[in-house]
Amino acid sequence: MEQVIGKYNYWIYIILMMIGFYAMIGKKNLVKKLIGMNIFQTSIILFFISTGSKKGATIPIVSNGHEGIHRAIEAFQYMNPLPHVLMLTAIVVMVSTFGVALALLLMIYRRYQTLDEDEILRLRRK
Amino acid sequence: MDILYSDKPMLALLVSAVAAMFILFTGERRRNLREFWTLLASVVKFSIVASMIPLVLKGKIIECTLFHLLPGVAFQFRVDAFGLFFATLASALWIATSVYSIGYMRGLQAHSQTRFFFCFAFALHGALGIAFAGNLFTLFIFYEILTVSTFPLVAHKETSEAIRGGRKYLAYLLTGAVLIFFSMGVTYALTGKLDFVAGGFLQGSGSDPLLRLLFATFIFGFGTKAALMPLHEWLPTAMVAPTPVSALLHAVAVVKAGVFCVLRVVLYVFGPKLLYDLDLWLALAYFASFTIIVSGMFALAQDNLKRRLAFSTINNLAIIILGAALLSPSAITGGIFHLAAHGFMKITLFFVAGAIYVKTHKENISELDGIGKKMPITLGSFAIGAMGIAGTPPLVGFISKWYLCLGSLEAKEIVFLFVLLISVLFDIAYFFPIVYNSFFKKTKDEMKSGIQEASMFMVAPIVLCAILSIVLGLSPNAFVHFFEMASSAMKNILGSGGG
Amino acid sequence: MTASPFPILVIVVPLISAFLIILLGWLKKSLCYPFMIASLMATVFFSMAILRWIIHHGTLHYYLGNWDPPWGIEYLIDPLNAFVLVIVSVISLLIGIGSKPMVESDIPRKSIYFYCLFLLQVTGLLGIVVTGDVFNLYVFLEIASLAGYALIAIGEEGAPFASFNYMIYGTIGACFYLLGVGYLYIMTGSLNMADLSKLLPDLYASKVVLMAFAFFVVGVAIKMALFPLHVWLPDAYTYAPSSVTSLLAPLTTKVGAYVLIRIMYGVFKPNFSIEVIPATTILSWMAFFAILFGCVLALGQRDLKRMVAYVLIAEIGYIALGVGLANRNGLLGALLHIMNDALMMACLFLIVGAMTYRGWPRQMERFTGLHRKMPITMAAFVISALSVIGIPPACGFFSKWYLVLGAIDAEQWLFVAVLLISSLLNAILFFRVIEYVYFEPVAKESEVKPSEERTKFMGNEAPLTMLIPIILFALAILSVGLLSGTIISLVIQFALPANF
Repeated sequence: MEQVIGKYNYWIYIILMMIGFYAMIGKKNLVKKLIGMNIFQTSIILFFISTGSKKGATIPIVSNGHEGIHRAIEAFQYMNPLPHVLMLTAIVVMVSTFGVALALLLMIYRRYQTLDEDEILRLRRK
Repeated sequence: MDILYSDKPMLALLVSAVAAMFILFTGERRRNLREFWTLLASVVKFSIVASMIPLVLKGKIIECTLFHLLPGVAFQFRVDAFGLFFATLASALWIATSVYSIGYMRGLQAHSQTRFFFCFAFALHGALGIAFAGNLFTLFIFYEILTVSTFPLVAHKETSEAIRGGRKYLAYLLTGAVLIFFSMGVTYALTGKLDFVAGGFLQGSGSDPLLRLLFATFIFGFGTKAALMPLHEWLPTAMVAPTPVSALLHAVAVVKAGVFCVLRVVLYVFGPKLLYDLDLWLALAYFASFTIIVSGMFALAQDNLKRRLAFSTINNLAIIILGAALLSPSAITGGIFHLAAHGFMKITLFFVAGAIYVKTHKENISELDGIGKKMPITLGSFAIGAMGIAGTPPLVGFISKWYLCLGSLEAKEIVFLFVLLISVLFDIAYFFPIVYNSFFKKTKDEMKSGIQEASMFMVAPIVLCAILSIVLGLSPNAFVHFFEMASSAMKNILGSGGG
Repeated sequence: MTASPFPILVIVVPLISAFLIILLGWLKKSLCYPFMIASLMATVFFSMAILRWIIHHGTLHYYLGNWDPPWGIEYLIDPLNAFVLVIVSVISLLIGIGSKPMVESDIPRKSIYFYCLFLLQVTGLLGIVVTGDVFNLYVFLEIASLAGYALIAIGEEGAPFASFNYMIYGTIGACFYLLGVGYLYIMTGSLNMADLSKLLPDLYASKVVLMAFAFFVVGVAIKMALFPLHVWLPDAYTYAPSSVTSLLAPLTTKVGAYVLIRIMYGVFKPNFSIEVIPATTILSWMAFFAILFGCVLALGQRDLKRMVAYVLIAEIGYIALGVGLANRNGLLGALLHIMNDALMMACLFLIVGAMTYRGWPRQMERFTGLHRKMPITMAAFVISALSVIGIPPACGFFSKWYLVLGAIDAEQWLFVAVLLISSLLNAILFFRVIEYVYFEPVAKESEVKPSEERTKFMGNEAPLTMLIPIILFALAILSVGLLSGTIISLVIQFALPANF
């Protein structure tokens, strides 16, 4: 039980990921697939962020100006900034994927007048 | 043994490859120039090959290493007596065939002649590469070049029958190639080397069952090309090819290359000693004998002349392999010499079949009654060739058969002596009716008018080959020392192998 | 320390030119193509220079912004990278040269954007190869994929849909990879490959590391279309424009294979992949089925481009098999096959492109008489077909040889068998096409007289900008095989992981 509650953030990301995964594989509507993809990616971003954060910690900026240098830096007070930075990049990637995907959907819709996967396959077979 | 470094083997190879390119770029527009390239290349090639004979007969080995392919294996040509023997045979007969094929292709006004001559030159390139290859890997490269370049020749007619023949050819040969590929891999994994050594290099490198399996895959692999009996089916089918192809490639280069490779594996990879130890020689000899007998029977049943010749080829190829399998000095000499003897005689027979086809468009034996009166020179040569194959004394076939029979006695296996004698009976049984019918039966009405001897391009090579098979019978060392090369190859094998 | 700026230049030059090309296009459209070729030539030059450096001096390090690893991003180039780098840059240059006629006939108005995407695609692929940082690799992976999605969507009728499917699969693959990165980061706090490989051995017992490894392998397997994760590939590569397919097909999959090797034998130590978990065994069985299914499914295709796409799946199987065999010969074969297969696939798809450019259908029944119209292209087709089948002296034979040796060394006779059988299946596949091209009789009226043939020759044969790359590929296929001994002793043997 402690496993579940103590690490609830990880559980949430797993649930989100499965939702996204299901939507990507199981949904027939292409837009829903795309939304699933977004949820999937977001869950991973959440995962990264939660690995870097700590309860009660703050952003890793050494305060108090020049004096800060002379004080011992206590690592537990600060969050790990690297996952956040990584996720900035990942978000950019995600957004651009999303953009390209929307453009593709637009092209598909113009051609087939539908976004239903089965319908498109049926039209293509003709 | 002295090793001599020289570029000659490579030059001999390059000649036909370069010629092939010239042929391709000359194309259909200037046919005479194109044919000139073929002839020029064949003559140059033969003279390069012939120039190596004196050196090799002195016991030297000519080597030419180009670059390394894998650790321990180089892209290497090494000319020994055995390889040079085959190279001489192939390049000598190429001259005759080039002349003949010009006459044949023009006589039939065949299409895609450029492709034909191009592939032909490349096939020769492959055959010579096989002859000169210094190790299995190099040999395999040229083996595949030969296989692939022959495919367009087999399917040349572009009829559905020809394409089927081509497909069958590829199916058999590529499956064989895959088996060789496998065996080569196992050999390399066991020993780390692939260089041919007179007397073999596989002794003690693996367990007995593994080596037996390896031998079987090798024989079945190369056996496809050598048309050993259960694997022979492609050869009669491939007879749809134009006759010069059947002649040179199916009587000389392709199947002979197969036999050559079998011999290389038997004598230079496994070696006599190992074969004795594993009792493989007896298995191979029985295998070959089976082919000899059965193909003889099949040949009797054929009405199509070229198919009958094809089965006779299968028969004779098995005789060569039998000679090598017996592993006694005379048998090996006879076997190797039979490579050349059979080459000269069989090419005569094929040329004749082609000449008849060009003039009469007849392919079946039953339709050829009385044709000898119309084409006496051609059919006369046929008679000579047929007698030679049957082993009649003044002809070259006699010498090889004599040595083979001696060899089977040396090996103390009387069974094989009988096999050889029975095969002679078969030869007589399936060739003499043709000779008899064509000369002594009444000419059919439809054949009476307008049939005469074929053009000079065709008759000259026919007569030349027939004469050569007599001359070589009277003096086996004439011109290019065939017999001496065969016996010196035998001495190398048995001398160093300790068999 | 760093002695050469080439590792970064090789990325930056195509990246910057990708954006400059759009500006240039506004000024003068005809300058775009030469500009792209120039920048691709520069990358070829840089990668060659890197290779030269590697051969003479050993590993090359480049620290981005002078941050020492493991904090900063490090571009670490060893013989393995350099080898793949040269392949990628050379092939993209040749395909780039060949793309011009196809682009100008397919999408004349948007050729500028095509060239831009093309360069971005190349940047992504080169970046994947150059980088020594697992997260940086992810970014480049996505740059390459995004450019790929867009490029594929340019193609014919089904292309956008195929591209969307590819995107779904590709994103799953990339996200799995990213998860793998996350897991490793949790455990080690490092993203640098060299650093990771030092830190990880102590943690091999950990479940998290195991999970990370699994995510990595599955993610990369999707990207390289390893069976059964290949489903996106045939559609995407069939409907994409041929100029795109001939860039993507040889390179994306090969770069994927490179990443696989890097992860399995670089980031993780070989003994982890082989002993701690049976990853190599699983991989070789996947490869086994990839080879078999790829060839068998290809048999069912009548469309040449689709057929080659399925052959590509089988070829990926070869590479994965070599990696999975996990012995010296197997890996040599895999690495050699990365090069050989890239050449063969580039050549084949470019030939398909040249055929469609000249208005030939892709249905193989209708190829009759093609050898008269496009003799040189068809000769190149025969050469590459022979290479795929594995007939010497074409290069495909040599990689197959090492793979078979590797399988024999591993005493996996079933794998030996599948390698050999696939040769036969490939023979059926390609000789079927060759028969249609060369041996089906042409209808009489279409026979051209010799005099006409000459004048019409250039009109029928592929345009020169395509013909030159095709000829170069064909020559490379013929010569690279014979030189494989040299290539192995110069480069590839140093690219193997230690202890191999």
